This record gives sequence, structure tokens and C-alpha cells, in this order.
Amino acid sequence: MRDKIFKFLLLLSSVLVLLVCGGMVFSLVSGSWEAISAFGFWNFLTSSDWNPVPGEESYGALPFIAGTVMTSFLALVLCIPFSLPVALFNGEYYKGKKIAAVIGSVVDLLAGIPSVVYGLWGFYTLRPLITDLGLSDQGFGVLTASVILAVMIIPYSASLSSEFFSMVPGDLKEGAFSLGATRYEVIRNVIFPFAGSGVFASYILALGRALGETMAVTMLIGNTINIPSSLVDTGNTMASVIANQFGEADGLKLSSLIAIGLLLFLITAVINFIGKMVIKKFS
Amino acid sequence: MKCGVYYRKLKDRLFFLTVCMFSFLTAVPLVAIISEVVLKGFRQINWAFFTEQAPSTLDAMIARNSGSILPGGIANGIAGTLLMVAAAALMAVPAGILCGIALAEKPKSFFSGTVRFIADLIQGTPSIVIGIIAYIWVVVPMKTFSGFAGSVALAIMMLPLIIRSTEEALKMLPSSLKEAGLALGSSYTSVVIRVMLPSAFGAIFTGILLSVSRVMGETAPLMLTALGCSVINWDIFTPSSAVPLLVWEFYNDPNLVDMIWSSSLFLLALIFIFNLISKIIIRKYV
Repeated sequence: MRDKIFKFLLLLSSVLVLLVCGGMVFSLVSGSWEAISAFGFWNFLTSSDWNPVPGEESYGALPFIAGTVMTSFLALVLCIPFSLPVALFNGEYYKGKKIAAVIGSVVDLLAGIPSVVYGLWGFYTLRPLITDLGLSDQGFGVLTASVILAVMIIPYSASLSSEFFSMVPGDLKEGAFSLGATRYEVIRNVIFPFAGSGVFASYILALGRALGETMAVTMLIGNTINIPSSLVDTGNTMASVIANQFGEADGLKLSSLIAIGLLLFLITAVINFIGKMVIKKFS
Repeated sequence: MKCGVYYRKLKDRLFFLTVCMFSFLTAVPLVAIISEVVLKGFRQINWAFFTEQAPSTLDAMIARNSGSILPGGIANGIAGTLLMVAAAALMAVPAGILCGIALAEKPKSFFSGTVRFIADLIQGTPSIVIGIIAYIWVVVPMKTFSGFAGSVALAIMMLPLIIRSTEEALKMLPSSLKEAGLALGSSYTSVVIRVMLPSAFGAIFTGILLSVSRVMGETAPLMLTALGCSVINWDIFTPSSAVPLLVWEFYNDPNLVDMIWSSSLFLLALIFIFNLISKIIIRKYV
């Protein structure tokens, strides 16, 4: 009898997880229905209007999609030169050594810093730096946000890809060493080909993180509604426009913001799915 | 002689040095952030900082003009964070552990695969989207922003983390442990509750601590749900404050801007302590 109740509880908790996810999708779709039926799905994606004047309201997601794509891809590009060496350092050169544990804890701590603190640091330290370099007047913009995002996603990609590097079988490496290869040649010709797809997946998952980051980006991107014309131009991402405008929104505008949320949910879901599939193939 | 041994060795050396250099460069932002937060924040840390609520803009302006440190503290934020994180843990921990047990019990079934996939999906969902969900689920029907809505958002974020860590913890146990319990004639329920959960306690508890430290610094979902509150408030069904929300409020108020560093320092210290405790537990029990 007790076993039956317990097994039922186990089943119930698993079903709860499915229900939560199903409920999330349902709420997002029904909340954004008003906007999608008013503008049409395709039109909503490709319109760059954002006009809250009553009577002629018109909303489109294009500027925010552009801002999100620009910041997260730039962040990904900026993060690779740092996370790849960290991963090699921890997963190959000093695998299992004390110094690797130290770097590992540094990376863990970086992952633990809240988004809003990253935003503060970006605002008070990084932004003046960008202004001093003469890249933009105020220091706000896509570039500033991307640099902070890059720092924020280094931990995810580095810790994941170092795991894939350390999974390369020892005999493969030893075979290459015994043929007289240097460490660099082993890394390039044995480790990269073997772990490549896993490392690629870790960058996809890091990209998924970058897409949804809210606070730090909101504090640094400038929050103007336009498609950024250059890397130092201000803009808005999907997450930052929700954070900025959700509080005072109602009616059609609220529904449009929820539609942007739905879009963000779908994009991150697809990106994470691809990443997980690549990892599954790898192992 | 482009392919000579010396050239290849040199290339190897250079590559190694580059890797080391960039690895150590990664520590620069961490050191910079922590030193900035500590240096700018420690001046505000005093007894009142933990026991008094956030000052009004006017009080802060007067203190600023007279050159003294700001009065008041972040007690309303601390209270709200405690309340919301505790409520979120109360919702997410039992459900997460049960689901983790279910997944570890039948690791290869189609149903488990689906649940695992969905848990990953929830974990990958941006926190701001989870804020929207909690807004639709709790704020709209209750017609008021509330700490409860915030804790629902945090609970959704904690759930997949706890599920995965519980599953991993149970998977690490030797199957002989479970078989021995069953062979002695105890029921499945008591084997799980009396044998498996206690043996995996350290790892499961670590997972809970890490998930708490993950959600403690979340700001975005709370902006859409808990909203903020300027007094110490223990009623979970009314708008509530939280430390990260206070950081955001201080950042937006030029008179209170001095408080951001001390509040961030408090938040960082709390998160690092949680991380440290979980590391110690891992070393001791796992």
C-alpha cells in the first residue's frame, strides 16, 4: 500500500514537470494571442514599428531580434579566445592538478556572480573605458553589452568544453606522442578532431545563455528602439525590452511583450535542443 | 626549414604560453569585480545596514550633502529574499527530489527521457520569460504583485537543477546498496527513504544549496512579480523586496547610488558562502 502511494507520488512529480512546461507554453501562447492575431505572426517578426500611441498602436519585434542576435553572437566571438584556453588548461595541460582546480574555482565564482552585479561593473568600469577609447560618446551600446555578456558566458563554455577535452582517450594521445608529435600537434590533430563536436555544443549552449541574459544587457545596451546600425550603436534586446517596458504595459502592448517572450522561449529552446543533440551524438 | 624540430618545438612552446596567458586573463574580471565591490562597498557595512530598511530618497540626499554615509540598510531586501527563497525551496525541493528519484529509478524509459528533456528545456529558459510566466500564473489572478509570485518564479528555476542533481546523486550509489535493502525484505519505499536518500544526502543537499545560490541573485523575474517594497514585509501575498531588486532600485536613484556596492557585496558574500559550504560538503561526504 505504502509502495503504491510512493510510486504514485513519484509519477505525480514527473507529471508535474511536464505540466509546468506545458502550462508555460500555453500561457505564453494565450497571452500573446492578442498581439499575434492583430499583427499576424510573420508581420510581427519583420516589422520594426514600436508605436504605443493609443489608436494607432503598432508593434514589431525586428529591432529586438536584431539586437539580441548581434549582442549574443558578438559575445560568443569574444568569449572563444578566453574560454578555449581555459578549457585546454584545465582539461589537457593541467588535468587533475592543483592549479587547474584554482582556475576551475575562478570560473565557478565567475558563474556565481549575479547578472545585476555584472551590469554595475559594466556601467561603472567598462563603460568609461569604452568612452575613453573614443568608441562612443556615452559608452552604451551593443559592444559594451557584448563584452559583459562574453565574460558572463565564459564559465559555461569553458567548464563544459574542458570536460570534453579531458574525455579524449589517453592511448590516442600517447600514440601521437610516440610518433614524435609535440603537445601542440597532439592538441591540433588528435584532441580537436576528437572533442570538436562536444566543444562546438558547449558554445551553442553558451549562446543559449547569452540570448536570454537580461539585467546586465538592460543596464548597458542603451535601450533605444531601433535596429543597431553599428557595433557601437545603442539598441535593445528581446530580454531588455521586456524588462524595461513590462511594468507599465497593458492591453496590446503587454500582449506584444509576451509575444516577444514566447519568441525568446522558442529560440532558446531550439538552440539548447541543437546543443543537446550534438552532445548526445558525441557521447 | 619550416618543418624542423626547433620550429615545431617553438610553436608548441608559444601555443602553451598563449594558453596560459589567456587562462590567467580570465581571472582579471573576477578580481576586478570583487575588488571594486569590496572597496566601494565596505564603508557602508555596519550594524544598521542589516537591521534597518532602505532609506528614503530625501534622507539619503541629506546624508549625501553633509558628506556622511547613507543612513539605513537593506533589511527589507534581506527579509524579502529570505522569505521568497525559502518559499521557493519549499515548493521546488520536495517535487524535485521525488522527480529525481523517479528518473534514477527508470533511467532508460521513454517517459524518463521525456521528463529529462523537459527539465532541460525549463533550465534553459531565460529567467525573464519565467518572470512573465509567474506574472500570468500568479499576479494576474491575484490582481496584485506579491512575494509569492516571485517565489513561484524562483521555484520554477530551481526545479530542474534539483531534479538533475538528485538523479546524479542517486545514480552514483552502488546498486548493491539497494539490492541488499530489498533482499532483507524491506519495501521499496523504505529502501528509498531509509537507505538511498540518506546515503546520497550530501550530494542532494549540495544540489539544493547550489540551486538556492543560483536563484538568490536573480533580479529579472522578480521585477515582473515581486515588484519591491520599501518596508520590512513578512506577508508573502503582498509586494515584496529582495536584495537584487534593491540593487536595481538603488542603481536607478541617484541619491541612493552609494548603496549599490554594499548591497552587491552582501549578495556576493552570501552566494560565495553558499558555494563554499557546498564545496566543503562535496569534499566530506561525496
